[in-house]
Amino acid sequence: MNASIDTTPEKKKTSHGLFIIQAWLVLLLAAFFGAALAGIQLSLAPKIEANKLNETLDKVPELILGAEAARTFKDSGREMNIDRQYMTTGTKTYSVFKAAADNELLGWVIKAGGQGYADKIELLVGVDKNIAGITGLFILDQKETPGLGNKIMTPEWRRQFINKPTQKPLTVVKTKADAPDQINAITGATISSRAVCDIINQSLNNLRQPLENAATATQQTSDNPQETK
Amino acid sequence: MADQPTAFERFTQGVLPENPVYRQLLGLCPTLAVTNSMQGALTMAGAVLFVLLCANVIISLIRDLLKPHLRIVIFTLTIATFVTIVDRFLAAYMYQMSKNLGPYIPLIIVNCIIICRCEVCASKQSPFTAAADAVGQSLGFTLALASIAAVREILGTGMFFGIRVLPEMWPDWVIMVLPPGAFLTFGLLLGAVNWVAARKKTEG
Repeated sequence: MNASIDTTPEKKKTSHGLFIIQAWLVLLLAAFFGAALAGIQLSLAPKIEANKLNETLDKVPELILGAEAARTFKDSGREMNIDRQYMTTGTKTYSVFKAAADNELLGWVIKAGGQGYADKIELLVGVDKNIAGITGLFILDQKETPGLGNKIMTPEWRRQFINKPTQKPLTVVKTKADAPDQINAITGATISSRAVCDIINQSLNNLRQPLENAATATQQTSDNPQETK
Repeated sequence: MADQPTAFERFTQGVLPENPVYRQLLGLCPTLAVTNSMQGALTMAGAVLFVLLCANVIISLIRDLLKPHLRIVIFTLTIATFVTIVDRFLAAYMYQMSKNLGPYIPLIIVNCIIICRCEVCASKQSPFTAAADAVGQSLGFTLALASIAAVREILGTGMFFGIRVLPEMWPDWVIMVLPPGAFLTFGLLLGAVNWVAARKKTEG
């Protein structure tokens, strides 16, 4: 009886120490796999980032000129210069892509994101050079409900944003949209539809001033090209 | 050890008699989710092949060092590592496909087929047998995914591997590429497989 009382605490102590020793293989493997994954991440991360950027750059001509005109533009052999800039307003920083051809400003593509119904929605919105109208919309990333909310990706729904004026915020209507600032909601996915409009409204509201400033600056330098050299 | 199946038996069993999807009913989440197109289904099958092969071989190599109460941790650790490698690799070299498959590649980590093979075969048998087992099971998984995806893609979009195979007048059964189509197709094919298996049994 006495003997068993004496050994119990000691037994406990040794088994505690053994946990680490028992798990040596787990720890070794974790360290080894961790190092391997770090290596993979280091070597592939630039490529993954480049893929994301390329997807955006690919979409810029279509978002500014429209699909049809973008094709004619490409076939004509002219080259679009796309310049990536970061614009900060308040606490938010946006990636903005400035598109120009032959020293002439064509328009802007804003990368913006915000909360959707399920998860964050990331989108690209194209505006003309005067920041007066929307020229295109593309959804980069979304996890909305398949069959309902994910219809925000369809060209049919996105098309109605083209030529919308930016002066008034866009509103979502469930009935037929007739005013220029109205967007038809997707049936059964009003929240997703509204989320897209809110993201666009907010980013346009935030970026109107910086974009106008940048546009005037571009105008001046292209009027007086020697100054840039 | 004498009663353990040989490498060849492991391989052939995985393809049909113990098909992971139709006979073991494992790994159904990706089976239902990514089979709306052949390309997606085959990419998923390839990813599972890579992960299962690597995990099985590694587990088999360290099988004598495994402690019963720590083995599941080690299985999961190994599987998670290779899944992450596949996920990053797809994002780097097959970006569009990686976007289409979305969360289902990372979800291979919790795919029961792989942990089941580690437990049943790799933690008990030699690396060669474990590799044969991995290839056999993956082949079975590929066959299952391809059969479901073929039905869904052809009926749902009139296309096979993105190429039109049904006449233009075919009214695409969109429901087949949506989630309900996965359940319908899987249920019917599973029924068919069981029916054939049962007939074979009575005949034999």
